[in-house]
Amino acid sequence: FGAEFRRFSLERSKPGKFEEFYGLLQHVHKIPNVDVLVGYADIHGDLLPINNDDNYHKAVSTANPLLRIFIQKKEEADYSAFGTDTLIKKKNVLTNVLRPDNHRKKPHIVISMPQDFRPVSSIIDVDILPETHRRVRLYKYGTEKPLGFYIRDGSSVRVTPHGLEKVPGIFISRLVPGGLAQSTGLLAVNDEVLEVNGIEVSGKSLDQVTDMMIANSRNLIITVRPANQRNNVVRNSRTSGSSGQSTDNSLLSCPPQAEPSLEPEDEDSDEDDIIIEDNGVPRHIPKAVPDAGSLESLTQIELNFESGQNGFIPSEVSLASVASGTNTETRAPDQKLLEEDGTIITL
Amino acid sequence: MRRFLRPGHDPARERLKRDLFQFNKTVEHGFPHQPSALGYSLSLRILAIGTRSGAVKLYGAPGVEFMGLHRENNAVVQIHFLPGQCQLVTLLDDNSLHLWSLKVRGGVSELQEDESFTLRGPPGAAPSATQITVVLPHSSRELLYLGTESGTVFAVQLPAFRTLEDRTVSADAVLQGLPEDARHRRVFEMVEALQEHPRDPNQVLIGYSRGLIVVWDLRGSCVLCHFLSNQQLENVCWQRDGRLMVSCHSDGSYCQWPVSSDARPPEPLRSCVPYGPFPCKAITKIFWLITKQGLPFTIFQGGMPRASYGDRHCISVVHNGQQTAFDFTSRVIDFTVLAEADPAAAFDDPYALVVLAEEELVVIDLKAADWPPVQPPYLASLHCSAITCSHHVSNIPLKLWERIVAAGRQQHTHFSTMEWPIDGGTSLAPAPPQRDLLLTGHEDGTVRFWDASGVCLRLLYKLSTVRVFVTDTEPSENLNAQGEDDWPPLRKVGSFDPYSDDPRLGIQKIFLCKYSGYLAVLRCPRPPQVLVLELNDEEAEHAVEQVEADLLQGQEGYRWKGHERLCARPGPVHFEPGFQPFVLVQCQPPAVVTSLALHSEWRLVAFGTSHGFGLFDHQQRRQVFVKCTLHPSDQLALEGPLSRVKSLKKSLRQSFRRIRRSRVSSRKRQPAGPPGEVPEGGARAERTGVQNMELAPVQRKIEARSAEDSFTGFVRTLYFADTYLRDSSRHCPSLWAGTNGGTVYAFALRVPPAERRMDEPVRAEQAKEIQLMHRAPVVGILVLDGHSVPLPEPLEVAHDLSKSPDMQGSHQLLVVSEEQFKVFTLPKVSAKLKLKLTALEGSRVRRVSVAHFSSCRAEDYGEHHLAVLTNLGDVQVVSLPLLKPQVRYSCIRREDVSGIASCVFTKYGQGFYLISPSEFERFSLSTKWLVEPRCLVDSAETKSHSCPHNGSGPEKVSGRARS
Repeated sequence: FGAEFRRFSLERSKPGKFEEFYGLLQHVHKIPNVDVLVGYADIHGDLLPINNDDNYHKAVSTANPLLRIFIQKKEEADYSAFGTDTLIKKKNVLTNVLRPDNHRKKPHIVISMPQDFRPVSSIIDVDILPETHRRVRLYKYGTEKPLGFYIRDGSSVRVTPHGLEKVPGIFISRLVPGGLAQSTGLLAVNDEVLEVNGIEVSGKSLDQVTDMMIANSRNLIITVRPANQRNNVVRNSRTSGSSGQSTDNSLLSCPPQAEPSLEPEDEDSDEDDIIIEDNGVPRHIPKAVPDAGSLESLTQIELNFESGQNGFIPSEVSLASVASGTNTETRAPDQKLLEEDGTIITL
Repeated sequence: MRRFLRPGHDPARERLKRDLFQFNKTVEHGFPHQPSALGYSLSLRILAIGTRSGAVKLYGAPGVEFMGLHRENNAVVQIHFLPGQCQLVTLLDDNSLHLWSLKVRGGVSELQEDESFTLRGPPGAAPSATQITVVLPHSSRELLYLGTESGTVFAVQLPAFRTLEDRTVSADAVLQGLPEDARHRRVFEMVEALQEHPRDPNQVLIGYSRGLIVVWDLRGSCVLCHFLSNQQLENVCWQRDGRLMVSCHSDGSYCQWPVSSDARPPEPLRSCVPYGPFPCKAITKIFWLITKQGLPFTIFQGGMPRASYGDRHCISVVHNGQQTAFDFTSRVIDFTVLAEADPAAAFDDPYALVVLAEEELVVIDLKAADWPPVQPPYLASLHCSAITCSHHVSNIPLKLWERIVAAGRQQHTHFSTMEWPIDGGTSLAPAPPQRDLLLTGHEDGTVRFWDASGVCLRLLYKLSTVRVFVTDTEPSENLNAQGEDDWPPLRKVGSFDPYSDDPRLGIQKIFLCKYSGYLAVLRCPRPPQVLVLELNDEEAEHAVEQVEADLLQGQEGYRWKGHERLCARPGPVHFEPGFQPFVLVQCQPPAVVTSLALHSEWRLVAFGTSHGFGLFDHQQRRQVFVKCTLHPSDQLALEGPLSRVKSLKKSLRQSFRRIRRSRVSSRKRQPAGPPGEVPEGGARAERTGVQNMELAPVQRKIEARSAEDSFTGFVRTLYFADTYLRDSSRHCPSLWAGTNGGTVYAFALRVPPAERRMDEPVRAEQAKEIQLMHRAPVVGILVLDGHSVPLPEPLEVAHDLSKSPDMQGSHQLLVVSEEQFKVFTLPKVSAKLKLKLTALEGSRVRRVSVAHFSSCRAEDYGEHHLAVLTNLGDVQVVSLPLLKPQVRYSCIRREDVSGIASCVFTKYGQGFYLISPSEFERFSLSTKWLVEPRCLVDSAETKSHSCPHNGSGPEKVSGRARS
């Protein structure tokens, strides 16, 4: 491109869709047929991508009041420029962007663009689970990466009306290095497995639980009690009333306050049976009866979580002003958004 | 869980479910596993068998059966019926006595345990003092005499088991009663025999193990006479009139002693060693029975020459110069002789010998000249050769039934014509409403046809498939060779064959068409052979046509490393009347055969192996097509003999090897083991290695199934259907196959009309392939018609036994995998409904079958549902077509793998599974179709006119048939 600067305004309350915005950029810069990467500088000075409605809206909403947008040609793009602290470490982002050769000198792990990312795991239902528990969803796409964990029989101590009792339980016994389970960091050896896809495992044999997990392996949701309870999510809403409860196991004997809304989602996982007619092309088998079950709130959580995975963790660094950008009129940032979703992981 | 609750709120449906389903284990068929005791009541004419697991089973007339289970899991050592009563006493190996009685409740007798008792000696006495060796129920019906190891005989009052100390016959008291010269004998040691005098209830014969026998007067408490033998005593027997006594001894001899109180030093009348002069084994039990003709029957167990025949299990019968040693293939537990029940009669006149061997019950007709065996109506030894598979066919047309029975009758000519002599009690069960066949395939290549209509599982016909092949052994020849030796006069009896485990001959799958009489049999594992047989009432000699089906056709680069195939006999073979093979399909490569389907109307047979499946036209004797189902990367399936059904011997050997190997490898692995348990040093490491192996927790790997897994090509199920495969306007014959990897193949078939059936070839074309994404093995495929009713069996409609299927509405396809039930629409395959079993419950489908459930209230109301057995041993009913779980019962222990593997369902909601190698348990899910014994045993009705005494009013008859 060389460098080109444009300044235009957007209506903050109605930012529209990413596609429209992308089209607008192409129009403004008169590059209708060039694939570009769009990035923006957030309040902390990080160079973050804009490639879908969500992060576009986020970008617009956090503009303060100017939104600086960086556009690069896709084929020349320097992916490593994105991420936390990028704009702070490298004082002159523009130089980086325009002359990527500068830091190609250091060997970099090439990270593909966020649109190529997919979620591999998430913590869900944080709001309805006791704080000692963690519900982890593992996404199994294709076969390239093994789920990679083992379970075993064991016993755990429970608080029951008759006092402390030792009851048999199922535990994670091993994580395969490089497997999905290990790479998420959400499961660990000796975590007790409490539920598989919403079904309690108490009273079930190791083989039964194994079969249940394998049967659900394409969309596995495991509720565990982590062996290490120090990394638990602390929720502001709870701490007021139930802090006494949250430290021990007594929650297990309490009736669950809310049923997890897992039912509809187990419908989606394996509707993709394949039919080949007359030696033709394989295609997915359609559903005969359109299912009323709509997309539930989980999708929303996942999307937000995806962002978290990609390094959108708010840091306390303030924005260093950097030149060069396409600025958009926006209002003050809505900083509560991330916390409300409750999907923050402590690493 | 929620899914189970959801349909449960409709009260009308709940009520209907109660009318349709109920779970009962109704009866056990076959021969009790590990029998340990035999009892017989001459007056009731009922046989009792006790087992090592503490069960007592009673058998009378066909259909009269009872079973009781001791609370203790101890072996039953002895069973004694109380004379003239519906009561029996069992002795367990924990030295406890149990009183059982048959009581009438609601018009039927039930067996129930009344009382139990353990004999207590005086404080401080050795345990052997009260260790019971012999039990004698006294004819007074109130007393039980118990001989013990210490030599003391205790008396116990019934029914309360109260010890009568004043009636105890101590060894000392007997010693006092002996003359001086007899007293020098040392301690008596244990009581070996206790026999009541046949005429005088006050005299009891007591035999001690060292050889002393006394006749004890119960009233006078004195010795009436004594006999001294210089051999260890094994048993004694009174002659019926009490004037003679016969004792048998450990050296293989028996002696006859005259009984009279005045003969001072009694000498044996006669002493003989029947199989002398070389050392013989002990004669452990003897019967001496007199007949009207004058010559007695001597029947004894054992006594064979130690060196050459010491390992035989023999019972010899000697009468009138005729002597036969019946040679059993398994250990003899006990035997008894059926004779005149009336104690007042002058002669025994024995008519049958009943022998309980470890693996079978044999009854010998003593009336017929050559003492032939009697065919038992029950207690069949299902495991004559190990059962490898079973197949149930409901509602057999009378015509076919009669032909099978006729073919079987010709095989049973060696049996006696005698009526079954054990005929106590009356069966009140209604006559079975239909004729059912249970077919069992065995390891020796036979298929046995059992009458499974009623309580008694009776052998109708036995088909041997061995004749078609050249095998190493010609089994019949060695048997005959043995019989030629003239002394001892051995004669093999019984059907149990302990030496039949040639895995090449084992039958893996059976399919019988009840309308056409076509039978298809799959034999396994090397090579897979499909044998198509036809019922022929005449004997015939013809060659069996052989065809080879190469399932790897067109697949390059596969090299088979498995076993060589078994060759068929060339040229014409002679066949007996019955099922005669006419086509033999040999599958290549010779791996495992896994599924079989026969369509008798289209004259097609489909077979599946670990490599693919094929369709064979048995009318034209031509292969229609083969389809390889292997995944290109599945090398494992190609390399080895993939025998999933191993012989026990082989699997034992392998598991030992595996243990050994894992010990070695765990030792090697030590240094790399998990931190914290790394031991240092050689010997210690070794020991810890073994310990670790034992202590290491069982782990299970959680991994998604992938298409590349091995064995995905296994064809698990095959199904013929006439349905809408291509479009919704025309239906056509189709063949469906499901694999281990979750793939379903559908082939459209074109079968020429009957008049051109021989001229035009059958054509097949693949129409559909469905890949289930969860990739679980497909275990069942079914097509439902427009009314959501399963399609009828071939020829069922032609024989007016079923409504013709609805071809107007749209058909549906049900695919059952181990993990899910799914309904798809046809002809355009779209997912309609599903039930996930594994994801919700962690159980997997092992068996699935359509069953018709009739209501017990409304006469003509019935529903078709799926009967399902899971790997946890649960039996469930899943509704059709909505796939709602209806009921669930736990049926088989989850550890009982062979029981779960052996389960078969019937078309009317019953089922069978093996509870031991020799027994089928029958269960029912239906309220309407129950086959269970209902019978009445009444002591008053019996032929016993015995002892006129007794004031205890009418007999109590009691009992609870246990579940």
